[in-house]
Amino acid sequence: MISEIGAFCLMLALAFAGAQVGLSAAGRVRRSTVLAAAGEGAAVASFLGVALAFACLVHAFVTSDFSVANVAANSHTEKPLLYKVAGAWGSHEGSMLLWCLALTGYGAAAATLGRGLPQGLKALMVATQGVLGLVFLAYTVFASNPLVRIPLNAVPVEGRSLNPLLQDPALAIHPPFLYSGYVGMSVVFSLAVAALIEGRVDAAWARWVRPWALAAWSLLTVGIMLGSFWAYYELGWGGWWFWDPVENASFMPWLIATALLHSAIVTEKRGALAGWTLFLALGAFTFSMLGAFLVRSGVLTSVHAFAVDPKRGVLLLLILGFTAGAGFGLFAWRAPRLSKGGVFAPISRESALVLNNILLAAATTAVFLGTLFPLIREAMTGEAISVGPGFFNIAFTPMMAVLAVVLPAGPLLAWKRGDLQGVGQRLMLAAAVAVGAGLLTLALVSPRKALGALGVAVGAWLIAGAVTELAERTRAFRVPAADSLRRLVGLPRGAWGMTLAHLGLGVFVLGACFEIGWRGEAAETLPIGGTLDVAGYHLVLDRVAPVDGPNFDADQAIIKATKDGAPVCTGRPERRVYPAGGQTTSEVAICYRGFSHLYMVLGERRENPAGKAGPPVWLVRAYWNPWATLIFLGPIIMALGGVISLSDRRLRLGVAARSRPATEPEPAKGKKPREQPA
Amino acid sequence: MRLRVLAAALAGVLCMAAAADPSERLADPGQEARARAIFADVRCLVCQNESIDDSEADLARDLRHIVRDQVKAGKSDAEIKRFLTDRYGEFVLLTPRFSLANLALWGGPFLVVIFGAGLLIARLRNRPGDEELSPDDAERVRRLAETDSA
Repeated sequence: MISEIGAFCLMLALAFAGAQVGLSAAGRVRRSTVLAAAGEGAAVASFLGVALAFACLVHAFVTSDFSVANVAANSHTEKPLLYKVAGAWGSHEGSMLLWCLALTGYGAAAATLGRGLPQGLKALMVATQGVLGLVFLAYTVFASNPLVRIPLNAVPVEGRSLNPLLQDPALAIHPPFLYSGYVGMSVVFSLAVAALIEGRVDAAWARWVRPWALAAWSLLTVGIMLGSFWAYYELGWGGWWFWDPVENASFMPWLIATALLHSAIVTEKRGALAGWTLFLALGAFTFSMLGAFLVRSGVLTSVHAFAVDPKRGVLLLLILGFTAGAGFGLFAWRAPRLSKGGVFAPISRESALVLNNILLAAATTAVFLGTLFPLIREAMTGEAISVGPGFFNIAFTPMMAVLAVVLPAGPLLAWKRGDLQGVGQRLMLAAAVAVGAGLLTLALVSPRKALGALGVAVGAWLIAGAVTELAERTRAFRVPAADSLRRLVGLPRGAWGMTLAHLGLGVFVLGACFEIGWRGEAAETLPIGGTLDVAGYHLVLDRVAPVDGPNFDADQAIIKATKDGAPVCTGRPERRVYPAGGQTTSEVAICYRGFSHLYMVLGERRENPAGKAGPPVWLVRAYWNPWATLIFLGPIIMALGGVISLSDRRLRLGVAARSRPATEPEPAKGKKPREQPA
Repeated sequence: MRLRVLAAALAGVLCMAAAADPSERLADPGQEARARAIFADVRCLVCQNESIDDSEADLARDLRHIVRDQVKAGKSDAEIKRFLTDRYGEFVLLTPRFSLANLALWGGPFLVVIFGAGLLIARLRNRPGDEELSPDDAERVRRLAETDSA
């Protein structure tokens, strides 16, 4: 019964999305506040409908109702509760419902929170959001309904279970973050469409876009980091980024959103780049949809493509084509009329931000071509090629390296006309820190690697640059310390956010370059008592014992690690067998040594190479991943920067619409833009 | 269909960094390191986006064997890669060639940089003399100075 209620609510949500489009559009055309308000109500109702449907699906998963096809295919009675819940979005159908939940949630949030927006713009935004909801809900209801029942005589006693690789805490919460990040761009998209129809893009508009873009960007940052962390410890390869198409699919919207956040600043502060900011606003959600299409259609088969269905792929492609086509068509038609905005000199913060955007656009192009060019070329000539890390190292990394090198100068440049010499002087200390860090790495870390040391220098440069920027703002060491401290406390949250985000990038670069440069690997087949050495650590396979899990059986190895004779830690890597699906996975053990990881994997059991009579041996692999924690810490700092910036009172929705009082700041009164719906 | 993909994905996952398997290794560490570097750029043809360094599919094992033999026989990286592409086509290389057919792939990102830089330069050149502020700009300056003094 409950899943029928869910299916019914989903239909209702679809109807409300239709009403949302009609009422809001009519509200704009007739300039009717009543109609527009009714449209906003429909947006909230649509969200409630999807939320109820989603709750019903989760209920079906938690109670293991195998008469629901989706539950039977993706759940199992013996699964721990967390993974029963996570199973609700582990499949194609469930993940599309999660997408709809986020989409209508953002729609409802935009309708309720955007009180300060001009009537017409807001009605058009709600209408556009309604069109998106309509399209994706129709797809979910008619082509991918997760609440469909199995005929009563075919209901299985036990479900087929969720892929054991996906039964992991990081991956259980990865899709909600990723999807609320992806779909958060829909509000930005709707605002862009509304602004294009209204024909007015100004500083206020850029200010309204910013909180949504920031929220979505922060969530996406966390989502990508979680996915990467999952791949790091669950796949057991010791790597954290594989340039896999599915990873690229989530990375492209992130890059575009990053560019958007920067270009929106120019539009907000200087009224310039309005057209380009609109273009990016449309592009961010387009790349989000492209990501969903790539992952969910299985057009690019990859290690992550667990849900594959070509028929649905065509439908998703049609949705993508329609939505993006309409958005960019409107852009081509209306954008040329937009005003050009303020002028700026070659050396200015505007130029620096434009440079940022050029490099990010080029980097996105590299990821886009690296992901889709093989398809394009195969379709055109029939010749298949592969694009792997080698391509991205040449086409993507240099763009990012140049970006990192010029980044610290950007925030120090003045608007309109900057003073490069002055900026150079202020960055002298940061440059010295960077060069020192690089030289120190060359001198102290063996084996000596010039490229790795250069990477460390770039990371240190970014961190020192962010700190310099903070010191400049507080006039540290130039005014009395108490004065500086007062300035530090009084800094707007937006400034803190930027500094943290840039600092986080530096932390990431530092970790990534150090890990790639000096990772160590060792593998041996070991009998019990056998030893393995990696990066100065001495590992002993103490024993291998069977362990019973809730829904798996495992062999667990006890590996004792010592360094210079002193015990360091005991790792317990496992090799698990899931009887429900008959799959085997490996559970790595990570010993945290400061920021570095000693990473241990238990491989297959083999016969003794000396002969069948001898004791069995185990394939044991160990990696030394120095500073690997920084790789995941960096994005967290970046996302934190986004969240802090989001809490800046200057960004509160609606503030810009009123004539801003120049002295009295707005009292905080429950008008914070919400980070995520529900 | 779905189960097959799943099985393939799992097979890939189970057999991680297969190239590190001690039973396959070359005796000379220098040669072994060279072989590993080549593996990372050779696709496991039957796998999904995996190099033969990672995959334990039989074909990947065979390819590793071939590459190790050729490294041992003293062939250069280029010779080994040519041998592989002659046999399996360009698909086997994870870094596409710099060729006319791949011009869009390799040139695309750099074209964006050039195009973007061109637009920026054009905009900077065409800027009107900005010595005097229009009343509009003066007003904007005043407002900015008030709100963004921080």
